[in-house]
Amino acid sequence: MIAAWPSPAGEEYALAFDKHRSRRVLVLPAWFDESNKLRHFAVEVMRRLDGAGVDSFLPDLPGCNESLAPLEAQTLASWRAEAAEASAYFSATHVLAVRAGAMVAPEALPGWRYAPLAGSSQLRGLLCARVLSSREAGRDENREALLAEGRDRGLELGGYRLGAAMIGDLEAADLPQAAQQRDVAQGDLGGAGLWLRAEPDHDSRQADALAAIIAVELLA
Amino acid sequence: MSSHAAASDTDSVLRGVLQDVLGLAADRVAAFTPETGLFGHLPELDSMAVAGLLTEVEDRLGIVIEDDEVDGEMLETYGALLTFVQAKRG
Repeated sequence: MIAAWPSPAGEEYALAFDKHRSRRVLVLPAWFDESNKLRHFAVEVMRRLDGAGVDSFLPDLPGCNESLAPLEAQTLASWRAEAAEASAYFSATHVLAVRAGAMVAPEALPGWRYAPLAGSSQLRGLLCARVLSSREAGRDENREALLAEGRDRGLELGGYRLGAAMIGDLEAADLPQAAQQRDVAQGDLGGAGLWLRAEPDHDSRQADALAAIIAVELLA
Repeated sequence: MSSHAAASDTDSVLRGVLQDVLGLAADRVAAFTPETGLFGHLPELDSMAVAGLLTEVEDRLGIVIEDDEVDGEMLETYGALLTFVQAKRG
């Protein structure tokens, strides 16, 4: 279940359901706070795909989850390179990108983008949370000043220390064109996105729904 | 759409978002009154959850909430948040 993969930044872990089957899905996780809220969901989708005869792999991107690499050193380009490396290492045939994971999905891989989130939107949410918590603590901060500081020296957002390069990358990051990948909206799964939950929660019906969408298209 | 219809629509969208963020049953959220406390009253409603809530409200209602409009008072109670969002929708 736990596999190691040689990322360009050093060895990283991945959760793997690998029975050397022909259909192999690279799962690119959501980012930052959302990754915690959606990990259970992602793993449950993988478990269902396994049951449907599909292999899948959920790599840690450097600086995330169990990774020992410094998050501050990561950039959008480095994560794209890591995602491509993971895809090659696990011989992925398809990709499932979750939320901002869509920002780094290898362009050539066919697959799905679940509730894709642009890097700029991710950054906006993180900045909003930072401004709110600062105000609660009696510090008056605003987005523009924080962004200026972040572009210059990096920024801690929601407990995640992002480097100056990543802040600059995210600020300008629209969702990439992905002709090979189909967007799956939250509405297609029913219920509310689990990333919205104040406390992490799970909804097995949503995992059933996403796994079914993928399995039906893969095995058609 | 009449202004009355728009107001009740805003109310139901806002309750829907709170239901999704807090993971509560619809009847619990339907019982929220203007005085029901939010940010600072519900421990699970931290700054990250509130940021997600505001983003979702923006998306579902097609409005943009600026930084300088967000303050503790507007988030303190359900009534204050509803009044703010209704004003944003004009």
